[in-house]
Amino acid sequence: MTNKIQWEFPQALEDEAIYILRETAAQFEKPAILFSGGKDSITIVRLAQKAFYPGKVPFPLLHIDTGHNFPETIEYRDWLVNKLGLDLIVRNVQDSINQGKVQEETGKYASRNALQTVTLLDGIEEMKYDACIGGARRDEEKARAKERIFSVRDEFGQWNAKMQRPELFDMLNGKIHLGENVRVFPISNWTELDVWNYIRRENLRIPSIYFSHEREIIERDGMYWPTSPFLNTSEDEKPFMQKVRFRTVGDMTCTAAVISEADKLEDIISEIMEAKISERGARIDDKRSEAAMEKRKQAGYF
Amino acid sequence: MEVLHITTSGSVDDGKSTLIGRLLYDTNSIPQDKMEALHAASKRKGLDFTDLSLLTDGLVAEREQGITIDVAHIYFSTPNRKYIIADTPGHIEYTRNMVTGASTAQVSLILIDARKGIVEQTYRHFFIAALLRIPYLVVCVNKMDLVEYDEARFNQIVEDFQQLVKSASFQAPSIKFIPISSLYGENVAGRSGKINWYKDQSLLEYLEQITFDHADSSHPARFPVQSVIRPMTKAFHDFRGFAGKVASGHFNIGDEVISLPSQQKSKIKTIEQFETQLSIASARESVVITLEDEIDTSRGSMLSKTDNVPNLLKEITAQVCWMDQQKLVPGKAYLLQHGINRVKAKVQQIQHVIDVTSNKILEDKKEMGLNDIGKITLKTAQPIFADSYHLNPANGAFILVDEFSNATVAVGFVE
Repeated sequence: MTNKIQWEFPQALEDEAIYILRETAAQFEKPAILFSGGKDSITIVRLAQKAFYPGKVPFPLLHIDTGHNFPETIEYRDWLVNKLGLDLIVRNVQDSINQGKVQEETGKYASRNALQTVTLLDGIEEMKYDACIGGARRDEEKARAKERIFSVRDEFGQWNAKMQRPELFDMLNGKIHLGENVRVFPISNWTELDVWNYIRRENLRIPSIYFSHEREIIERDGMYWPTSPFLNTSEDEKPFMQKVRFRTVGDMTCTAAVISEADKLEDIISEIMEAKISERGARIDDKRSEAAMEKRKQAGYF
Repeated sequence: MEVLHITTSGSVDDGKSTLIGRLLYDTNSIPQDKMEALHAASKRKGLDFTDLSLLTDGLVAEREQGITIDVAHIYFSTPNRKYIIADTPGHIEYTRNMVTGASTAQVSLILIDARKGIVEQTYRHFFIAALLRIPYLVVCVNKMDLVEYDEARFNQIVEDFQQLVKSASFQAPSIKFIPISSLYGENVAGRSGKINWYKDQSLLEYLEQITFDHADSSHPARFPVQSVIRPMTKAFHDFRGFAGKVASGHFNIGDEVISLPSQQKSKIKTIEQFETQLSIASARESVVITLEDEIDTSRGSMLSKTDNVPNLLKEITAQVCWMDQQKLVPGKAYLLQHGINRVKAKVQQIQHVIDVTSNKILEDKKEMGLNDIGKITLKTAQPIFADSYHLNPANGAFILVDEFSNATVAVGFVE
C-alpha cells in the first residue's frame, strides 16, 4: 500500500491549536512565544494572530539568538515582527558565553545548539515568563511523542517524563508553583506535512532557505553541511557549490542541507511525501546518540 | 480531511508496539533513516529480524526494560484521512494512562495474544472503553502465526470475548474481530494470504471505512467561553466577541442563546473565524461569537440554546478514575475543572470502588488510590453547567486538581 500525496489540511488541527493558545492566554500571567524563525514557530505566530483576531496577539516573541543563525532567518524575523506589530525580545548566547555561564564547544562538531538552553532558561527567569509557547511536534522525535500539550518544567527547566500530568479530553491544567513554568505545544498533533499544507493554505511567507538555492557546502558523515565562518572544517573537506534547500531551520552549524530543486511550496510538499530522510534526520544535533533528544529535553531544551 | 483518533492497549508482550510499527511500515510512513536506525538497533540487541516495536518504544528507560511506560502519540496518514494513535501501556499499574489515551479516541484497539486468549488486562481494557463510551472497538487477535493460523482458536477467543461483553452491565459499543499477525503483517494493512478462512477486512481496511456521523451535532449546543475579545481599536471600537471552541452541537446566526451562570438571554449576531464570517459553528470548531445585546458573559460562562439548557449542578454524582499517588481525601477541597471552568469542590462520599477486571463492586473498599475506578458524590462551591456523560460526553467530563501539588489527580464522568 503506497501513500498518495495528502494536500488537504485537517481543519481540526487548527481549531485545536487555537483553543490551546486561548487557554494559554487565559491561564497564565505572562506567556511568550519561543520564536526560532523556522516554519513551526511561523505557524504558531499565524495561529496566535487568528486566535485573538480582531484583538492583537497577546504574546511577545522570545528569540534565542545563537549568533550562528542563517542571516535569511533574522531578516525574516524582523520583517514578520514589523508586519504584525509584535513585540520581540532577543537574548544572545554570546552574552551567556561572555558571562562565563557556558563555554564554546571546540572541534569540528562545535555548535552552540546545546549552549542556547542556558540562555533560554536565563531569559525565561529574567522576563518572568510563566508559559513559553513552542512549535515542537510529537512526530519529530521519539522523546517528543510523549510530550504533553502543557508540559510543566521545574525552576531548572527540567522535564520529567515520569511525573507528567495526564491530559484528559481537551482539558488543560496550567496550574503551577511560583518559579515553575510551562512549555506549551499547540501543534503537538501536527506532522511536518500538516505544517507545510497549512503554510500553503494560509499563503504564508517563509524564510528563503526553505527553497532551493545555490549554496557552498561540504560533505561530512554522509550529510551536506553549509559552510559558514562558524563551521570548523578540515583540509580534506573541500567546499563546493550545489543547489540545496533546508527542511528545518536551526543553527548553521547543526542543520544539514538536502539536495533539491524544489523552489515552490507544491514541490516541497511533493518532495516530503517521497522523502527518504526524516525531518530531524537533517539535524546533526540529534545524531550524537540514540537518546540525544531525551537528554536535552531533561536539561530544559525546547 | 478527517482525523481519526485511536487508542491501543494490550498486555506486556502481546505485540502492540510491533502492530503499530507494522501499520507505519505498511503505509510507507517510516523514512529511510529511521528504518536504518531500526536495523542497527535490532542488530545491537542480537535480533535476526528488524524489530518494528523499537520505533515506538521511545524513552531510554523503556528501551532498557523493553516496555512502554507512558502515552506516546504516533501519526500516519492515508489519502483518506489522518490517524493519531495514542499508544498506552498495558500494565496493571498504568490504568490512568489507558484512561488518558482513551479520552480522545473514537476507536479502541484491543490486542489479544492468540496463545493466551482473554487475560485480566482484556477485562480492564474493555471496561475502560465502555466507561468512556468509545464508539468503535476493534479486537485484534494477534500472533496468529504462533497458533498455525488456527480458525478454531480465533473463534474460541471471539466467543470468550462476547461472553465478557454479555456479562458486563454496560452497553457494548460496536465490536469488530480481526485475526492478525503483526510480526508478519497478516491482515494489518493488506489482507492475509495465510489466514484464508477469514474473508473480511484487514485492520487498516476496517479503519479506513469507519464513518463519522459527527454524533456531536445531534447533541445539545454548548459553547464554553474561553475569553472575551475587546480590541478597543479604531476599526473595532465597539467589538465584543466571545472566543471559544464549540463543545457539542451547533449554533446558527439568529439563534436565541442563554448565558450561564448569569441566565441572561440574547441572539447570535455573528459567528467569526478570523476574517471569515460564518453562518454556523459546529462541534469542535474554534470561533468568535458576537451577540445582539450586552449581557453578562465572561471566561467560564457557557452559552447554550434556550430550548436545551444544561443542568446547573452543585451536587454531583460521578464515576471517577483516580490518577495520583496520593489517595483521595474525602472532605478535602479540590479544584474541579469542567471544560475550562474551575470551581472548588469537596468529595462528600465514596459510594463504591469497582474491580474493573470482574466488574464487581468491592464492598469492603472505602478508599480510592492510584488507578482505582469508582463512584463518588461531590459538592461544588459554584454550579457547573454539565450534561450527563452518557448523554453528551463532550460536556460531561471533568478533572480534579489538587490545590497544593497542582497535579491532575482524577477524571470524572457525570452520571
